[in-house]
Amino acid sequence: MTLKEIIHLLQAELICGESHINDNIEFAGGSDLMSDVLAFAKPGILLLTGLSNSQSVRTADIIEAKAIVYVRGKKPDPEGLKLAKKKDIPVLLTEFMMYTACGLLYSHNLPGVYSESDKKS
Amino acid sequence: MTEKENVLSRKFEIQGKDFSRAGSISSKIKEILQETGISNSIIRRAAIATYEAELNVVMYADKGILYFSLDPDSIRLKIDDKGKGIKDISLAMKEGYSTATEEYREMGFGAGMGLPNIKKNADKFTITSRVGKGTTLEILFCLNNSEVL
Repeated sequence: MTLKEIIHLLQAELICGESHINDNIEFAGGSDLMSDVLAFAKPGILLLTGLSNSQSVRTADIIEAKAIVYVRGKKPDPEGLKLAKKKDIPVLLTEFMMYTACGLLYSHNLPGVYSESDKKS
Repeated sequence: MTEKENVLSRKFEIQGKDFSRAGSISSKIKEILQETGISNSIIRRAAIATYEAELNVVMYADKGILYFSLDPDSIRLKIDDKGKGIKDISLAMKEGYSTATEEYREMGFGAGMGLPNIKKNADKFTITSRVGKGTTLEILFCLNNSEVL
């Protein structure tokens, strides 16, 4: 699924990283807890979060996320946005709640990050 | 900064409680490693471990120093902090155990995943601590499948 399709699906606004609009996203994960993101994420992830401080962008950079989606009307703080622009990480804003945003993406065949619990189900 | 005999060394100061700058050293180290041609998977593991270690100093210590060195066989990190130290290291190494404040949890951290995640990403990890003095982490990543442990 391309970033452009994700923007459409989530009725999202892209506030930086426009050059990546046709990039392909293969999987996603959602969390407000960056500790967990650092532990489970894989390179290329689409990160959905409601955490708007600059550490959300810093974490996305460290884990090599392909893009960040801020859910439930959140947006990165100015320092975070500056960092996203510097690191060339696309940032999307959606009004959807985390559950709905993840559900929409999943139901349109964007899988989650593989985990042991996925394997059991 | 010193560079001799194929060893690149850097020293970074970490300020405790300065959450706004947390992660800047990890980013810098990641940039240094990206210029070297080291495989992306090793760079990523080193960046995650550095970030977790940096965050630990910011959240739990007054200040700390991160020593970084790169030689043809390995990446070595040593993080020395001045702080309250860790009373029970085996407990601190358990996933989910945390003494983080509510403030840090609201910032998205302090879930008790940091130290276990450093260990998971490193090829070798040692931790020593003295209560009331501080904590030292030593983290090693092997390059080229070399045996440097």
